[in-house]
Amino acid sequence: MKKKSMIPGIIIIALVLFFIYAPILILAVYSFTDAANIGAAGSFSLENYAKLFTTEELRSMIIGTLALAVGSSVLSTLLGTTGAIGMFYSHKVLQKSARTVNQIPVVNADVVTGFSICILLVVFFGMSKDTFLPLVIGHMTLTTPFVYLSVLPKLQQMDPALYEAALDLGASPSYALRKVVLPEILPGVLSGFALAITLSLDDYFVATYTKPATFDTISTYVVNATKGSQTQIKTALWALSTVIFALVLLFALFQNARKNRNNARKEEQAA
Amino acid sequence: MKISRKTLGIPYGLFLVLFVIAPLVVIAYFAFTDGTGHLTLGNFVGFFSDPNTMGTLLYSLVLAFVTTLVCLFIAYPVAYVLARSKWKRKSILLLIFVMPMWINFTLRITALKEILTLIEGNLAFHPFLNTVIGMTYDFLPFMILPIYNTLERLDESLLEAASDLGADSVQAFLRVTLPLSTPGIVSGVSMVFLPAMTNYVVLDMLYNSTYIMGSLIGSYFSAYDWNGGSMIALLLLVIICIFTFLTGADESAGKERGGALL
Repeated sequence: MKKKSMIPGIIIIALVLFFIYAPILILAVYSFTDAANIGAAGSFSLENYAKLFTTEELRSMIIGTLALAVGSSVLSTLLGTTGAIGMFYSHKVLQKSARTVNQIPVVNADVVTGFSICILLVVFFGMSKDTFLPLVIGHMTLTTPFVYLSVLPKLQQMDPALYEAALDLGASPSYALRKVVLPEILPGVLSGFALAITLSLDDYFVATYTKPATFDTISTYVVNATKGSQTQIKTALWALSTVIFALVLLFALFQNARKNRNNARKEEQAA
Repeated sequence: MKISRKTLGIPYGLFLVLFVIAPLVVIAYFAFTDGTGHLTLGNFVGFFSDPNTMGTLLYSLVLAFVTTLVCLFIAYPVAYVLARSKWKRKSILLLIFVMPMWINFTLRITALKEILTLIEGNLAFHPFLNTVIGMTYDFLPFMILPIYNTLERLDESLLEAASDLGADSVQAFLRVTLPLSTPGIVSGVSMVFLPAMTNYVVLDMLYNSTYIMGSLIGSYFSAYDWNGGSMIALLLLVIICIFTFLTGADESAGKERGGALL
């Protein structure tokens, strides 16, 4: 085959990467200045970062978002993992209907999920949003199906004889579950947990319908802040965006290093 | 009580009934009753006879359609170049394309808004264009990833066979590569179209307008009109079901959305 030029491909990649990263990077540069607008002149300043970490309102919003993400993800990982194990060993009909219902929040629009949970709990049952229950349940509804979906394939890959063998050797069912089944499905559980965290952190729609009026997640806070014209808050959010970008970058590098190490190990084993 | 494997499924089974099925039953009930609990088709008729809500439905369909097309036209070449490149570390490049999805989307849209304001001066002049740009910015990785996955798995020898049989590169692309990547395209389209129809925050942040289905729910919600809002949520759900059924995206949706994030 004749060799084709790589240049058009490189140009396409470069243009799209520019489109994706330019806004984030320009914002990152301006977050280190005292300029009130992008494009305005300014000098180097760490004021935005100081504001981000010292303003009570911003701090409690960030901590609240993280606490909600970790709390709801721990619960949904427990629920989704036990659910996947239980359903996997249940009757075919039950297994299939669980799979179908599990798929509803996955394909459903988050607006509809959030709205319907609010209608059920707050409007129909009169539950107060201030209890945080609607919010936590909402986030669990959003994330548990994904935990379920990431654990299920691991159960399917597992050798069914392992559990039986453990029982034959005298292990109690709960001991066999902990010592035999859990280690086998652990990668699925962990990626389900990570997925739950990311989905919870990124959510706007469920939170906006179910959160207490005085509580804000990053998403609901940012949306409200962009409607107002408080420059102070606006520029502090540039700093927040930059901090998150830096964390994501670190995490991606770490993930990549881990993947390389695993690949290297696999090649070693194969050789 | 002895814990068997089956009993472990009970909590999640109850959870699904209580917080997935019951909310849908309740919005169906609200959608077909009025404020006093009497059965009515008023909300249904109201939606289809109000030019405002019908306009919103049409606008969000057009917006979702255009966004999906734009995403497809950008994502396909990117996925193609990435998948077909001989570079050993292309998984890193893919990661670079997907990475922004881990940043909270409202912050990303804030960044985009600042840049668009700098370029256009006033965002109010091009609301439709800005929304399409914003949604493309938000959803592009969801289109790149599934297409990349199908192209990556494409058997190279099929292309060699095509060229041996006399096809030039354009013919080989149109008759081998493109048809074989259809599952990825379908999956990507469903991952972009539905969110584009309902994600009103992008529109809301870039331009204070409410011409999108999702924000209709929001507006009924802030007006405490649970019945009207429920009807719209129900209609959205019906559209989503039809769309999911047509594209057969049901099985892959979870995997793709999950795979895109991890």
